[in-house]
Amino acid sequence: MSVDKKEIEELHWLVRADTIRKLWLGGCAVLGVLVLAELFVDPHPYFGIDGKFGFNAWYGFATCAAMVIGAKALSLLLKRADTYYDTTDKGSETDNV
Amino acid sequence: MSSILLPALILIFGAFALPMVGKRLRPLLLLGLPLLTMAQIWSYDTGTVSVIGFLDYQLMPLKVDSLGRLFATIFAIMAAAGGLYGMNQKRIIELVAAFVYAGSAIGVALAGDLITVFVFWEMMAVASMLVIWSADTDAAYRASMRYVLVHLLGGVVLMVGIVWQVSSTGSVTFSAMQADNPARWLILIGFLLNAGAPPLSAWLPDAYPEASYSGTVFLSAFTTKTAVYVLIRGFPGEEILIFVGLYMIFYGIIYALLENDMRRILIYSIVNQVGFMITGIGIGTEMALNGAAAHAFTHIIYKALLLMSAGSVLYMTNKRKCTDLGGLFRTMPLTMICGIIGALAISSFPLTSGFISKSMISQAAADESLMIVWMLLAAASAGVFLHAGIKFPWFVFFQKDSGLRPSDPPMNMRIAMVIMAVFCIGLGILPGPLYAILPYPVDYVPYTASHVLNMLQLLLFSGLAFFLLLPMMKRTLTITLDFDWFYRKLMPKFTNGLIATFSPLDDAIRQGVVNRLKGLFVVLGKLQQGEGILARSQQAGNMVMWVIVVLCAYLAFYLFY
Repeated sequence: MSVDKKEIEELHWLVRADTIRKLWLGGCAVLGVLVLAELFVDPHPYFGIDGKFGFNAWYGFATCAAMVIGAKALSLLLKRADTYYDTTDKGSETDNV
Repeated sequence: MSSILLPALILIFGAFALPMVGKRLRPLLLLGLPLLTMAQIWSYDTGTVSVIGFLDYQLMPLKVDSLGRLFATIFAIMAAAGGLYGMNQKRIIELVAAFVYAGSAIGVALAGDLITVFVFWEMMAVASMLVIWSADTDAAYRASMRYVLVHLLGGVVLMVGIVWQVSSTGSVTFSAMQADNPARWLILIGFLLNAGAPPLSAWLPDAYPEASYSGTVFLSAFTTKTAVYVLIRGFPGEEILIFVGLYMIFYGIIYALLENDMRRILIYSIVNQVGFMITGIGIGTEMALNGAAAHAFTHIIYKALLLMSAGSVLYMTNKRKCTDLGGLFRTMPLTMICGIIGALAISSFPLTSGFISKSMISQAAADESLMIVWMLLAAASAGVFLHAGIKFPWFVFFQKDSGLRPSDPPMNMRIAMVIMAVFCIGLGILPGPLYAILPYPVDYVPYTASHVLNMLQLLLFSGLAFFLLLPMMKRTLTITLDFDWFYRKLMPKFTNGLIATFSPLDDAIRQGVVNRLKGLFVVLGKLQQGEGILARSQQAGNMVMWVIVVLCAYLAFYLFY
């Protein structure tokens, strides 16, 4: 099951700070290209609002941010320790392999 | 039509051969039975009907049309893939139950009457409970009990609805209807319960993650998708389904965002994805129903792939919480790649299967000028990428270095994942074969420049939101309360309170009765002891006298009355 121990010691290239910075830069460039591409592709709107420039970009971002914040707010009310049901009906977490 | 063999029965009866054969022959059965079932499904032309008499009714245990065949086909594919993935499962009872479960789902898909639907529906409930149960843990046992109670409740509701419907119409035929009377409301509620609709959605995330690494893969496919099938057939265009579906979509996203258990995240996303299908059924146009059916087909494949990936992680690490996982990309590359392909497919990324199916539902909303529905579906598409498309692979395979260094799972599990991943991409690139077997003719082109660009914008900016808001999504050792709180916490508390209140009274009553009985026994005992009246010896003359008295009384009674 275990793999070469040498690998454990080395920092994988994917998690190095330099790689992560490049990934952010590359990702932002892709996002920019996607928005600018709308200058060349007719978005074929159905309702009007979806014809606004970059609609899917800002709408996707804004709704996702709202969902994350909304979920966080809901968690204040509904979050419990994962042992909450243990006394009545929960078993261990790893015994169902 | 007496020579017709129900495809469902091949799996259902064949399943019982699994424990009887040796290790060498079992893999052949695990793949052969579903493939044989598939061949049998496709051996019938659409329009084939088998009729048998039952009481005063004409049952149709087999009625082949394009909708039923589509679902029966994907159920057979899923049984084969699950059988391959679970080939090294030591608890054979799980495989037996899973095949009975799959066969029953095929039975529902090919049933032409409500009674046959109901019989296979209940068989699914029992078989799926056994799949959970066979994980052989206390948690799984208790979850399976809660699961089966919810489903038996749904079964009772459905049965009452069916009996009412049949007695009022005189027909058992299962065809499109409207929820315009109590009988049909009950049928609709019974169907919706299996779809994971509110308020009883919690049975899904409660029970499915408690099954074994392979059991959850089977569970993800059949119950909710059979519910989608019966809703497409029974209640197309039922408007309330749009609202139910939209609720399920956002319920799934929000709860998945808060979840720490990797498989529970994916189970919440089943509710979310079924929500898309239910919304499509509610819209009810040919485009929408095609979309719902196609999305059910693709969903079964990519959800199985995701749960195979998660199951492989569980199998190799014995861990399922995001807080314990991370960094597995180093040593589980194939599992990671397959997981990411599944995640992209569920997110409807271009060139994956989700893209060519889910977009049909949004298109139908646009065609019907349902602007709010369309806007919500677009937001939900972004939300899917957020809660399943990125969250699952990120927290399991990347995030932090958990220090775990498991390798990829055994060969059969790897092959099963690769096959499902190929399906995800294959259907995404070449949707034609799927479109050809949908219930209605397809007039839809998924790959237009605007559609691809719009979807990429929506998804990648959703990804940006994920990484910017990552600190808010740090995983914690928590769960989120759901409707099951009422029957797991409140009701036990309530009944315990009742017991505490009334047990002293109950004790007093019992004690009083016992004391009185004791007194009675003391008196009776005295009658039989020593000089007690029942203990004395009697002379024969006395007995004869009393017999004469009784006979005289009887004679007098006979003469005068």
